[in-house]
Amino acid sequence: MISNDIQTLLPEILIAVYAMLALLAGAYGGKDKIAPALTWITAAVFVVIAFFIGTGEGVHPAFGATFIDDGFARFAKVTILLCGAVVLLMSREYLRRRDLMKFEIPILISLCTVGMMVMVSAADLMTLYMGLELQSLAIYVLAAIRRDSVKSTEAGLKYFVLGALSSGLLLYGASLVYGFAGTTHFAGIIVAAGGEVSLGLLFGLVFLIAGFAFKVSAAPFHMWTPDVYEGAPTPITAFMATAPKVAAMALFARVVYQGFGGVAEDWQQILAFLSVVSMFWGAVAAIGQTNIKRLMAYSSINHMGFALMGLASATAFGVQAMLIYMAIYVTMNIGAFAFILSMERDGRPVTDIGSLNLLARSEPLKALALLVLMFSLGGVPPFVGFFGKLYVFRAAIDGGLIWLAVAGAVASVIGAFYYIRIVYLMYFGQEREGLDKTSQPMLWGFMMASAAIMVLGVVNLFGIEGVAAAAAATLVP
Amino acid sequence: MLTIILFAPLVGALIAGFGWRIVTEQGAQWITTGLMALVCLLSWIVFLNTPDEARHVEIFRWISSGTLDTYWSIRLDRLTSIMLIVINTVSALVHLYSIGYMAHDENFREGEHYKARFFAYLSFFTFAMLTLVTADNLVQMFFGWEGVGVASYLLIGFYFRKPSAGAAAMKAMIVNRVGDFGFVLGIFGLFLLTDSIDFDTVFAAIPGLAGQRMEFLGLNFQALEVIGVLLFIGAMGKSAQFLLHTWLPDAMEGPTPVSALIHAATMVTAGVFLVCRMSPLYEFAPDAQMIIVVIGATSAFFAATIGLVQTDIKRVIAYSTCSQLGYMFVAAGAGVYSAAMFHLLTHAFFKALLFLCAGSVIHAMHHEQDMRNYGGLRKKIPHTFWAMVIGTLAITGVGIPLTHIGFAGFLSKDAIVESAYAGAGAYAFWMLVIAAAFTSFYSWRLIFLTFFGEARGDHHAHDHAHESPLVMRIPLYVLSLGAIFAGMLWYAPFFGDHARVEQFFGIPSAHAEASEEHGEGVVAATHELAEGDLDHAGEALVEGGEESHAATRLAVPGEGAIYMAPSNHVLDEAHHAPTWVKVSPFVAMLLGLILAWAVYIFRPGTADAIARNQRPLHTFLMNRWYFDELYNTVFVRPAQGIGGFLWKRGDGNAIDGSINGIAMGIVPWFTRLAGRAQSGYVFSYALTMVIGLALILTWVSIGTGAE
Repeated sequence: MISNDIQTLLPEILIAVYAMLALLAGAYGGKDKIAPALTWITAAVFVVIAFFIGTGEGVHPAFGATFIDDGFARFAKVTILLCGAVVLLMSREYLRRRDLMKFEIPILISLCTVGMMVMVSAADLMTLYMGLELQSLAIYVLAAIRRDSVKSTEAGLKYFVLGALSSGLLLYGASLVYGFAGTTHFAGIIVAAGGEVSLGLLFGLVFLIAGFAFKVSAAPFHMWTPDVYEGAPTPITAFMATAPKVAAMALFARVVYQGFGGVAEDWQQILAFLSVVSMFWGAVAAIGQTNIKRLMAYSSINHMGFALMGLASATAFGVQAMLIYMAIYVTMNIGAFAFILSMERDGRPVTDIGSLNLLARSEPLKALALLVLMFSLGGVPPFVGFFGKLYVFRAAIDGGLIWLAVAGAVASVIGAFYYIRIVYLMYFGQEREGLDKTSQPMLWGFMMASAAIMVLGVVNLFGIEGVAAAAAATLVP
Repeated sequence: MLTIILFAPLVGALIAGFGWRIVTEQGAQWITTGLMALVCLLSWIVFLNTPDEARHVEIFRWISSGTLDTYWSIRLDRLTSIMLIVINTVSALVHLYSIGYMAHDENFREGEHYKARFFAYLSFFTFAMLTLVTADNLVQMFFGWEGVGVASYLLIGFYFRKPSAGAAAMKAMIVNRVGDFGFVLGIFGLFLLTDSIDFDTVFAAIPGLAGQRMEFLGLNFQALEVIGVLLFIGAMGKSAQFLLHTWLPDAMEGPTPVSALIHAATMVTAGVFLVCRMSPLYEFAPDAQMIIVVIGATSAFFAATIGLVQTDIKRVIAYSTCSQLGYMFVAAGAGVYSAAMFHLLTHAFFKALLFLCAGSVIHAMHHEQDMRNYGGLRKKIPHTFWAMVIGTLAITGVGIPLTHIGFAGFLSKDAIVESAYAGAGAYAFWMLVIAAAFTSFYSWRLIFLTFFGEARGDHHAHDHAHESPLVMRIPLYVLSLGAIFAGMLWYAPFFGDHARVEQFFGIPSAHAEASEEHGEGVVAATHELAEGDLDHAGEALVEGGEESHAATRLAVPGEGAIYMAPSNHVLDEAHHAPTWVKVSPFVAMLLGLILAWAVYIFRPGTADAIARNQRPLHTFLMNRWYFDELYNTVFVRPAQGIGGFLWKRGDGNAIDGSINGIAMGIVPWFTRLAGRAQSGYVFSYALTMVIGLALILTWVSIGTGAE
């Protein structure tokens, strides 16, 4: 019995054990000197385990069904692990140059990843909270990892305080749900909520949703995002913008579908509200930004709005659309952050979008790749980003939320402005002091690969459609 | 072979258009010309071997949507094969001619590459025109119809640096849109009635539709009449008939070979072809036929009057084309489609000849086009002179009256005049006869002004006038042969006795006996038929005809290339026209010739005196009946006014204004608001979260309470 449970949990356990060993090695071994090697090893471990998970099949509940390993969880986990590995590899050079190559970073990312994996596999409110906190605590520290920088510490602290507030809301919601449903099991909640749903249970759900919305940085629970994105070291920002978003979105989906699938019409409106506010806030507020990291923060708020649109449709297709959207979103973001990581002038990192002026003249290929990425982020056909939006729009229309799809279309038009402005600056901007020509093959490679995927993916989205459909089917029978 | 004929010009166009950098401009010219020569040869073979029944060559499945299911296929019957030789012969010769004509063009700068483009357009035009005539259904025909429109647009505007050429190209396009709209509506109407666009199906269904009525513009009409008129509106646009003629003279802005090919010999005859092709329909739409006759006769007369006073050599010929097309429409409207096709064929030869000669003159005179600056060119360019005289003899219809010996135009124009007398009424007949006199006058006027008398205008140009190179003269020789002999050669099959015509056009010999000698029997038979008495009709036929094969079955619409209803015996009546009718066009021609000779050769200056005496009439004609001014006032200005209003107020103020208002006013306001909300203080962030939470909770409570 227990051996089966452990086998189900094996990937998480392996990474956790690896993190402990690495910590010991770091603390008693070479300290920061082993950090570069550790980065490589961690990335390798992530990739291996991602493959291991990817080969899994079937549905395996463990530990009294508080933890579940199903197709949906595996889809999310593989995405998370690969994101983590890529971000680690991209950060190496940046961290080394900034003298930030601390051995704690790969370890914290490992722990964070374990937390995320637990989150997406949680089938019980307790497991959920445990995974969420593990992930959050690791990220608080990561955000503040640059101790000598005021901005970084401020970001970490802000994130921590607001995170604590959201954790409180979430816990309060969990306790309300437990109080009214009499169980913390999702499977039990759905039974309890199956018939007439009480206001107390609904309040519990609302508090839970508020907690998740904070994690996915959906408006109006998004306020931390721009400050933290800006303050945290760029590799950490890249990490925050990708893997945790997938994890939180997956958790979000699991709770509302598996726990409250029977009362879809009650949470559908809330999700639609969050979606529409996020889309518009993300689009409108980004227009005034000149810092590319803040811009990406609003961009992610905006994108989370679109992903929530998929969830709001309350159909299996909606979940599939959300998964596809998230997979495309992280791919685009990795490309974009690969570029941001390479932005420097006189050897120092810059984040002002004014420095992109006339990039097309000095580095035409890079500018072209960024153009593809920006168009894709903005949802301009024929790039893959457009198809992601198409999926969620279709899901919303299938789910009867036509007004939401229309609002999404309007928001994406507004949002296109700041993506296209970057393209404009690169190609038609003014003569200004530009960026250094850097040669960082890793970043260059990831950026080009991401841009290439945005172009080539239009053929069949690399088959992700079928995988996402299978994953969605395990969540919404 | 048909496929080669159809697609070789397209291949040529593609090679010349996109591959000229590889094959060089010179290569592009010769490749397209060579392909056209091949296609021309093949079309003559096809023409001489035209099967009696229409042949269909399916190329690919084209449209399949609902009940509309149609193939892209070639229809080969007599009409098609006639058009094939007309188009390909003229096109091949024009290609050849253009090699010389376009060699040095002062409208382009040194080193600019324009020749390959020109040849690509020419070949593309030929392809589109072939698509039009080989079409097996109406939509395919429309495809070709629009294709030639595009090619015409491109070629009229070929001298894109000249603003007048650009304007003329646009005018041609826009005026044709009016006609095309009618054509499209006609296609829609036929599809509505017959549920098909394939000619065979449509034609077979037409007799059953006689008498059916349909709503159009809120009024109730005979369905076939409406469709007939709509299709004719399309034909009017393409063939530059009265009311929609204004684009054709302006189209002379294009290079002269283009005028010869498109605006004389082929494209403008597409309208005539359309009416002949739809003959099964028009046979059941007498009112539509009448409209065709009236418009055709009016065009013939009206264009001829304008032609009298024009001074631009190409515009004279352009109005002459418009006028000759009117003749063809009268014949088609009168029900003698074969005569229309006959004139189409002969006209193609002599009109292309005239245009190419005009081009040769223009070439010789360094692009001077005003005839007032010509004169005395006979000696300088003798080949061109003789060719042009032949063309003029052909167009004015010189021949020996009451025989079948004469230049091409003599036979075909007389055929039309006789048909008009027999089947189109007095108005059409007299209009055509008067037009014939005018034709003769302006054609000879052109010759006299250009080649005789004193050299006028720029001395330098006259001194350097030179005969054109051989590549430009060969087409003139070939076309001269056509202009002399085409009429005599094909008189019998087109307008000879009834049996020959029917056999030629592959019409099953229902009244094969309806030769001239036995016309009465047929008349009797058709009278019986009209009364619906088949047996008696058969008897009457047998009585009337001693031919071995008695009438076995009646022609069904669509079986032959053209269809003439059993009650249609205009052709036979035309043969029995009184002698004075048969002689009338010849007399008219003589009158015109003598008058022209008198005022331009015998007493030069008389013409100017007449013009001064008749100032208002002269001005009226000089200004082309004020059609351009009228259209300008009625259509162009209001359209520009509405366009300007929509652009400035509608688009500029309303749409751009509101969009800009949102984009530059409202959105940035929200952006600033969002920026202010992002204060950086943790407590304000927390407050936002709590407010959001409170909002959702309130909403949920109210929502649940409402349930």
